[in-house]
Amino acid sequence: MPSIYLDHAATTPIRPEVREGMIAILDGDFGNPSSAHVWGRRAAARLEDARDRVAGAIGAHRNEIYFVRGGTESDNTAILGHAEAVRRTGGSPFAVVSAIEHKAVLGAASEVGARGGRWDTLPVYADGTLDMDALDAALADGASIVSVMTVNNEVGIRLPIEAAVERTRAHGAVFHTDAVQALGKIPIDVGELPVDLLSLTGHKIYGAKGTGVLFVRTGVDVAPLIFGGGQERALRPGTEDVAGAVGMSIAVELAVQEQESESDRIRVLRDLLQSRLESGIADLRVHGDVPNRAPHILNVGIPNVDPEALLAGLDLEGIAASAGSACDSGARKASHVLEALYGPAEGVAALRLSLGHSTTEDEVIRAAEVTVNVVERIRGMGARVHSGDASVRSGEARA
Amino acid sequence: MSPRILVAMSGGVDSSVAAALLVEQGYDVVGATMKTFCYSGSTANSKTCCGLDGITDARRVADTLGIPHYVFDVEEDFTRDVIDDFVTEYARGRTPNPCVRCNSNTKFKDLMERGRLLGCDGIASGHYVRIEHTSGTASALYRGVDASKDQSYFLWGLPTSMLPLLHFPLGGLTKIEVRERARALGLVTAEKPESQEICFVPTGNYRDLLEKRLESSHPALESGRIVNRDGDVLGEHSGYASFTVGQRKGLGGGFGEPLYVIEIRADSREVVVGTVEEGGSQGAEIAEINWLATPPPEGSPVHVQIRYRAVAVPATVESTAATVTLAFNEPQRAVTPGQSAVFFSGERVLGGGRIERALTSSMLQSG
Repeated sequence: MPSIYLDHAATTPIRPEVREGMIAILDGDFGNPSSAHVWGRRAAARLEDARDRVAGAIGAHRNEIYFVRGGTESDNTAILGHAEAVRRTGGSPFAVVSAIEHKAVLGAASEVGARGGRWDTLPVYADGTLDMDALDAALADGASIVSVMTVNNEVGIRLPIEAAVERTRAHGAVFHTDAVQALGKIPIDVGELPVDLLSLTGHKIYGAKGTGVLFVRTGVDVAPLIFGGGQERALRPGTEDVAGAVGMSIAVELAVQEQESESDRIRVLRDLLQSRLESGIADLRVHGDVPNRAPHILNVGIPNVDPEALLAGLDLEGIAASAGSACDSGARKASHVLEALYGPAEGVAALRLSLGHSTTEDEVIRAAEVTVNVVERIRGMGARVHSGDASVRSGEARA
Repeated sequence: MSPRILVAMSGGVDSSVAAALLVEQGYDVVGATMKTFCYSGSTANSKTCCGLDGITDARRVADTLGIPHYVFDVEEDFTRDVIDDFVTEYARGRTPNPCVRCNSNTKFKDLMERGRLLGCDGIASGHYVRIEHTSGTASALYRGVDASKDQSYFLWGLPTSMLPLLHFPLGGLTKIEVRERARALGLVTAEKPESQEICFVPTGNYRDLLEKRLESSHPALESGRIVNRDGDVLGEHSGYASFTVGQRKGLGGGFGEPLYVIEIRADSREVVVGTVEEGGSQGAEIAEINWLATPPPEGSPVHVQIRYRAVAVPATVESTAATVTLAFNEPQRAVTPGQSAVFFSGERVLGGGRIERALTSSMLQSG
């Protein structure tokens, strides 16, 4: 049975343009960009072309684009690297992050605390607003960096980062945003939005895993986390992954070019999916149903359904979805995002369906139908199972 | 549509082959790994099969077999029903069988629950036991064909209502055959070593766990006297929770003839030691009885196995009320409270229970 892929927020397949761009490097311009010969020059040229493309796509200067190995590394470099820069100049690092950040940001912030600095979280409310009073208090208390994601990866809420950036910069603190789920879904332009640091990853936008970018605004100080040669102006040493950088740049460029039309297309499908689920499951809760919402994520809560059985049941029926973040190992654990937004919810299965390029209207209609059926079956404990019947069945072929 | 079977896959070779055999038999097989306890604190080289690499291996095998595989988090149930019981039993001076608790209270119950939700018609595991389903009569559980691997001792606590749904594909195979099948199928688990330790005590040192989960002043962890049957003090011990009935080592030696733990008295914190002869019991009282067959009438002969690595010995059922009183034909050593006593008629598992206490001949007569 072909599986309908509705987990684009977890990862996306590589698009042909990216694959071709990467293969051209892997097969041809394989050189080390630091080498002084023709191979090195060619590789270096491809790498710098890629940097130009990313910078152009998001309104940055080319010297503000650093290629790193993925979103988690980008977030860590921003938060821990800035903390280290603060420490080196005699300051005391204090990382303040929203309560619904990805684990990459929460983990890096807590590490700032573990290394002798401080860290704290800012409440986010069910209506998608950030606690600005808490932000002001943290800034007054000496926050050195504030990190608020552009779009939440579990529920798709767009956070009010414009207002947060303004207050943060007014206090002279640095502002970082994890835009991993935002690029290609909403406009991202660092020329318009004065963030200091911004993180991107390739594999959520039809690029390769292990590719990413950290935007560092000119004048913002970030110390490296690893040491070696002088690559990426010594912020990310190690021989450059030129193929990865080229693939990343193509993915970023196309994501930005197609953002408006693709967002309009999948928003219609997402809304259709939502309305079908709402009419099929009377007590459905829609998480992140706020006006300011990214178009590709639908997160719903379904009461009185075992979350693990729901996901397994959907998979068995050919629907690939997730409970929330793909990075959380078990569906049974309450998501820190949902708990921060809505408080504890016992016995409610969270289901994240995330749409992408391949998603069609037929798929969405089918997915809604299957989800409703699986939920009904789980609630009814399964029409197919009667112990009498099963004992006869199992008698047929005993080992 | 072929029947759908949910098979428990620990990531070891046995359950891998069990899943493979079910696939060969034409079932619609779904794999499941039960995540039983928190792995975050465990080290990378866990010797037991249920660690995180167990999940990884189970997923790899499922991919090789082309079957779906899911991880079910049963940590809460497992902690309550198995780990808490394990700690409580040692605190009472008894010796628990956590694998029996897990099979009776957690693993199969949770599998059954998930299996229902996923539209499954049956449940399977890689235990070395046989089950026979005959229409019209109750399903019967038997020892595995490989006597050295037989795991019927661990399954006496299964709810009878569950038996008709169970499949044990390895019951007719030997371990050597299972490994051969795994190799032939190219399963990554083919050469995986046996798990020897209790899954939540990967170091093998359960005392560490007790110290973590009991208050430090708990009597089970306090020093006490080592005495003989006559009450003579022979030495000191550093907590009766470190002892089990029948154990010889750890007593310090130097007593002339080999001495064994013959009783643990939790209320006085005394560990009683004695010779092999002194450690013999004429009978046992068995509690928490679960019958998988028609209970044998009072006065009837039965075979009973009182440890995992012991042969079943002949005994007589003296009484079957809430508890079962057994009289052994020959005195048995190391009748250990907390361990399982499993009743057999030939190869068939009749049922079992937990050993409540060892009985002397006078106790049997007065009972």
